[in-house]
Amino acid sequence: MTSIAKTLAVALVLSAAALGAQAQEVKVGFAAEPYPPFTSPDANGKWVGWEVEFMDAICAEAKLKCVITPVAWDGIIPALTSKKIDMIIGSMSITEERLKTIDFSDKYYNTPTGIIGPKSEKFDATPEGLKGKVIGVQVSTVHQDYATKYFGPGAAEIKEYQTQDEADQDLAAGRVDAVQADAIALDAFLKSDAGKCCELKGNVKDDTAILGAGVGVGLRKGETDLKSKINAAIKAIRANGTYDKFSKRYFDFDIYGG
Amino acid sequence: MSDGLSGLPLYVPPKPRSLLEPHRLLLMAVFAGIILCAILFMRWDWLPTYGPRLLYGVWQTLVMLFWTASIGFLLAVPIGLVQVTGPRPLAWLARIFCTIIRGTPLLLQLWLLYYGLGSVFAQYPELRSSFLWPTLRQAWPYGFTALMISFAAYEGEVMRGAFAGVPRGELEAARAFGMSRWTAFRRIWLPRALHRALPTLAGETVLQLKSTPLVATITVIDVYAVISKVRQDTYLTYEPLLLLALIYLCLTAVLVVVFRYLESRIPTREA
Amino acid sequence: MSGNLHLLSLTPPGWGGVLLAGLFASLQLAVGGYLLGLVIGIGGAFGKLYGGPILRDLLEVYTTVIRAVPELVLILLLYYAGTDLINQLLALVGSPSVDISGLAAGIFVIGVVQGAYATEVLRGAIRAIPSGQVEAARAYGMSAVLALRRVTLPAMLPYAIPGLANLWMIATKDTALLAVVGFSELTLATRQAAGSTKAYMTFYLAAGVLYLMVTLVSNVIIALIERRARRGMPQTV
Repeated sequence: MTSIAKTLAVALVLSAAALGAQAQEVKVGFAAEPYPPFTSPDANGKWVGWEVEFMDAICAEAKLKCVITPVAWDGIIPALTSKKIDMIIGSMSITEERLKTIDFSDKYYNTPTGIIGPKSEKFDATPEGLKGKVIGVQVSTVHQDYATKYFGPGAAEIKEYQTQDEADQDLAAGRVDAVQADAIALDAFLKSDAGKCCELKGNVKDDTAILGAGVGVGLRKGETDLKSKINAAIKAIRANGTYDKFSKRYFDFDIYGG
Repeated sequence: MSDGLSGLPLYVPPKPRSLLEPHRLLLMAVFAGIILCAILFMRWDWLPTYGPRLLYGVWQTLVMLFWTASIGFLLAVPIGLVQVTGPRPLAWLARIFCTIIRGTPLLLQLWLLYYGLGSVFAQYPELRSSFLWPTLRQAWPYGFTALMISFAAYEGEVMRGAFAGVPRGELEAARAFGMSRWTAFRRIWLPRALHRALPTLAGETVLQLKSTPLVATITVIDVYAVISKVRQDTYLTYEPLLLLALIYLCLTAVLVVVFRYLESRIPTREA
Repeated sequence: MSGNLHLLSLTPPGWGGVLLAGLFASLQLAVGGYLLGLVIGIGGAFGKLYGGPILRDLLEVYTTVIRAVPELVLILLLYYAGTDLINQLLALVGSPSVDISGLAAGIFVIGVVQGAYATEVLRGAIRAIPSGQVEAARAYGMSAVLALRRVTLPAMLPYAIPGLANLWMIATKDTALLAVVGFSELTLATRQAAGSTKAYMTFYLAAGVLYLMVTLVSNVIIALIERRARRGMPQTV
């Protein structure tokens, strides 16, 4: 009996040690939805896109074993704080509001925010232009906050979607008059078949307090070790040309921004 | 209570218990303690801000529940009836309808209706200029339709059983008294079937209440959507969800009480 | 729409393989959750029938709350809170936190929800056994476990099967709700495929057919099981 107990104890300690050894494994979370050209599933069930390549580069540089863990976008911050994932590489803008709950690495890209609408209608990306319009945004995004603040008072309605592709789809289906989102993500939609209906109406006036100063890797507060590793890795792949190399395959401009 | 490990415990029906038994008082004290801790140590400062919106959400949920269940039930009567009386093709259609709706998840049906139909509508520009468009471009008609269809299918199955379960003798007696088929249906068959189906109605309505939050996934604003908004704005997970669970618990309790009252108003001879 | 059928082919660029992988994940969840629910249900039913007053009341609270709150809300709560709680308990006893895979968390969630319903189904079934049968078993000197195994459980089965079959159907459909927390089962895989290709109608219909097939196959199997469990029972029409 006791020997069995001993064996069990040893096995437990060993497996705990094994678990400890695997702790280097980092679960990287992003929204489980098509968000081209950053992260989208392909027909193999694999995730592809610029941000996936960025993740691979960062993890290789920082010598982390990264595991892709898609989660629901509207629960991504709780997933991080409750340790379901260890970092967010999901086009999440660094904002004051989010910094109250989680931490961010340095920015790794920064792009403007655009508004798209049907070609048949003429309006521009200003509060006046969007007066009386139904505007679609993805929930828990900077765009939702921005649209609510600037367009909310005049717009007919701000419709909130779980995923960006559903907001785009409803624009194509005519259920919303305009969609506000990241300019690059919108560009990808406009270039698709379904996006033929629509065009860019312009970029919105910047408000760094809401739109944030670029996109960073989301981290739990207090994980300074991981944070410095990531920051060093971002710097390194920027310096050694890796960043530009994979970016060129997606964009003909500098996505890192000023 | 039971004779423990010495032998097989025999079932002892619980005595009618009062709430004031010592162990209940203890349990209530423990729960009160937990609730007190929750109130004291969790964050509730968002409540005043979202209070009015929450009430609106609850109202929307109830409106949605009431109308989808009512219209769904009206649809369920013919769906149940044709499966018993025929004609064959109609019976088959009703049967297939029930099987398909009951055999697939409501969430999928909802997304099929909203996004699937939406992408089909997009191919017909004429539709957008029609008078129907202001309604069709909103989300609630789709949520409403999906919930109504679902209720009709589940309750239709119940009605089929109820119609089939009315003793033939009663119908034959009605005919023997010279009632026309329609009168016999109106005066005997339908009331008797409804009477048989009524006890399940409470349960089905609670199930329907529990299905309503799904419409929030297609941008309809109900109490679930308001709580989701709270979650996104405050990054809190447990507090809003616990409150939401409490709200649904209360709504279910109210439903159960209302149905119990309604059932007590209807005389039963079988019981 | 028929022009979109090539999108369903099993090899890329078709998304059929992704859908089937989703279906497999859904079935894993359903089977795992259902079995866990059965275990909880058996424990719960016996607890409710033979347990002490406190256990009975606690189980009553469990079944009432679970059956009164929407599955969607429970799934969100349990999905986030469940793993949190387990890790905090582990921290209390001093062990390192464990990674709980999405699948385990999903099975846990479905299982806890199913457990409440299974408790009620099984309790009703056990009570439907004529008490003389159990008393006879005891009079013949069967031990508690033996009587449970040889009399109570088999005698209960015919009463329990319709309810349990219904629970299985609910389990398969409830897995779809995990799409909302980002678990990659059939409904979410469908949503992703639809969103990527914009062929919403095609994919949602295809997924509907897959779910329907699961239901129909289940119906056939349940009918076989039911016939077997009813051997020796008086025929009811």
